[in-house]
Amino acid sequence: MSTIETKKVKFSVFRFNADEDYLPYYDEYEMEVTSEEVVLDILNRIKWDHDGSFSYRRSCRHGICGACAIKVNGRSTLACKERMFDMIDLFGSELTLDPLSQKRAIKDMIIDKNDFWEKHAAVTPYLVAEIDEHPESENIVTPEEEHRLLDADLCIQCGACHYACPVVEINEEYFGPAAFTAAYRFSADVRDHSENRLKDVNEMGQGVWDCVKCFECAEVCPKEINPIEKITKLHQMAFQEGVAENNVAVRHAVGFKKSIEKRGVLDEGGLVLYSEGPAIVKHIPVALKMFKKGKIQMPWNIPTSKNLDEIKKLVKSSSTVEF
Amino acid sequence: MSKLKYALFTGCTAKQSTPEQYMSTMAVAKKLGIELVELVEASCCGASHLQDYDEFLSLVLNARNIAYAEKHGLTMVTICNTCQLNTAMTKHKLDKDPELKAKVNEKLQEVGLVYKGTSEITHFLYAIIDDIGLDKIKEMVVKPLSQFNIAPFYGCHNIRPSELANEGHKTPESPYNPTSLDDLIIACGGESVDYEEKNKCCGFHVELQAPKTAAVLTGNAIAGAMDNNADMMVTPCPLCHLKLDTQADHAGEAIGRELEMPVLHMQQMVGLALGCDPKELGLQHHVVDVNFV
Repeated sequence: MSTIETKKVKFSVFRFNADEDYLPYYDEYEMEVTSEEVVLDILNRIKWDHDGSFSYRRSCRHGICGACAIKVNGRSTLACKERMFDMIDLFGSELTLDPLSQKRAIKDMIIDKNDFWEKHAAVTPYLVAEIDEHPESENIVTPEEEHRLLDADLCIQCGACHYACPVVEINEEYFGPAAFTAAYRFSADVRDHSENRLKDVNEMGQGVWDCVKCFECAEVCPKEINPIEKITKLHQMAFQEGVAENNVAVRHAVGFKKSIEKRGVLDEGGLVLYSEGPAIVKHIPVALKMFKKGKIQMPWNIPTSKNLDEIKKLVKSSSTVEF
Repeated sequence: MSKLKYALFTGCTAKQSTPEQYMSTMAVAKKLGIELVELVEASCCGASHLQDYDEFLSLVLNARNIAYAEKHGLTMVTICNTCQLNTAMTKHKLDKDPELKAKVNEKLQEVGLVYKGTSEITHFLYAIIDDIGLDKIKEMVVKPLSQFNIAPFYGCHNIRPSELANEGHKTPESPYNPTSLDDLIIACGGESVDYEEKNKCCGFHVELQAPKTAAVLTGNAIAGAMDNNADMMVTPCPLCHLKLDTQADHAGEAIGRELEMPVLHMQQMVGLALGCDPKELGLQHHVVDVNFV
């Protein structure tokens, strides 16, 4: 008979009742954890064996309802999918269990997820199409067209990426990686004719241009969807479909090509000037400090790649969009 | 052991806004007996922004850069996290998708080049750890940084996405519990500072379009290091360095406190421990003065 391996873990568990507590606190438990267990089993044991008032969301236990996402040592995780031994390998034998967002905590692991759902609703997360109620032929979507959706359809809206995103924490307007994934899923659908969605997700402040490219979302998704890949696709679609606006963010992306075409390497000052236009004056104080320390090159000292003719030729032959 | 030799992709900032990064790379390579063949033909990697505009063009340009490393038959070494990400991402995509690789090579053929997929791509930090080794560094240290608490700032694109990041080097790195830079600090004789922001984003990529977000992220990082008694920060990424070193005032305004923290490039830290002249490491090029040497 095989024996089940166990490891001793010290858990610090976030406790807070918005109706009664002024400040949150942590309860501590020491437990023997088995190789069979997932994080959700620990939540259950805390509630069933130690403290019946401990609260958390759970439902399917099979990684599909998205209810049980929490944070383990600051990392977003779907409790029913994450193996305890993997967490111990990653963080050692002292683990802290927190809700996805402490500032949104209602009771223990349960958070107010309204911001998540409002942002989801804001990206028109459904197919916008004229439906003929009496079609005379089938509405055929080819396998190639279906492949364009990638895996965006697999999102279970658990919020793991949304509450791992540093921009969501800072900028209340920002839609966040899960909403963008939903936006991509429908914008990539050949049957969709929404006129607003792509424009909405391209608006500065709330849209994809505020993504900091940290890849936190890609790291935490329990369905391995890679939301930042969809964010990148939405950027590209804005150019392909002609909805990219002439603003600082768009010029920042386009400016790279202009610079590469001219010199191969980036002309840093030229990029900032092209992106900002007259607003470049706000950068002068920092630029002066940098200049004093030899961190700004004069235009005539900016290097140029060797074999620049090759680069010019490739930019000409390999460009797929124009702005 | 034969002499270590790499193809160096300097990236753009090393020749413009962070000249000290280029200087310290060269100085440290010399000390460590590493030969660097500079890829003077290379273009900008697109910094994840060209990728938002025209992905195919960015693949072609990065494949061209890698093709030059392949021509030398050398591993490509990067000294910028974002160069590392975009170059390694290109390699990853082309090596996994023969059809895409053929399309890219059709373009490269026009200029007499070919992408084969024969060169590895790794950041200088990992080249030092994998190929020189921490023990060897320890042995070579002549001026241990023993009186300093040093806060490592890893920079996103060296550690995330972890699947890609771990393709380039032998020593595995967890994005949640990275150790390479801590290990290097200790090898240089310093005390590594543990703080929450060490594996977080500096905000560099939205500096122009979302300055507030960028400033708060930079501010949180410096504040985290200060609150944990760091004497200095150290980073392998010149873009993080630009944020932390040149934007501390804005960052301080954004989070409502005064911030000041000397920030070293990873190469400068190693260089100081190995006894390089501070001038040779370009310490005079920092906006926040480095006064302790």
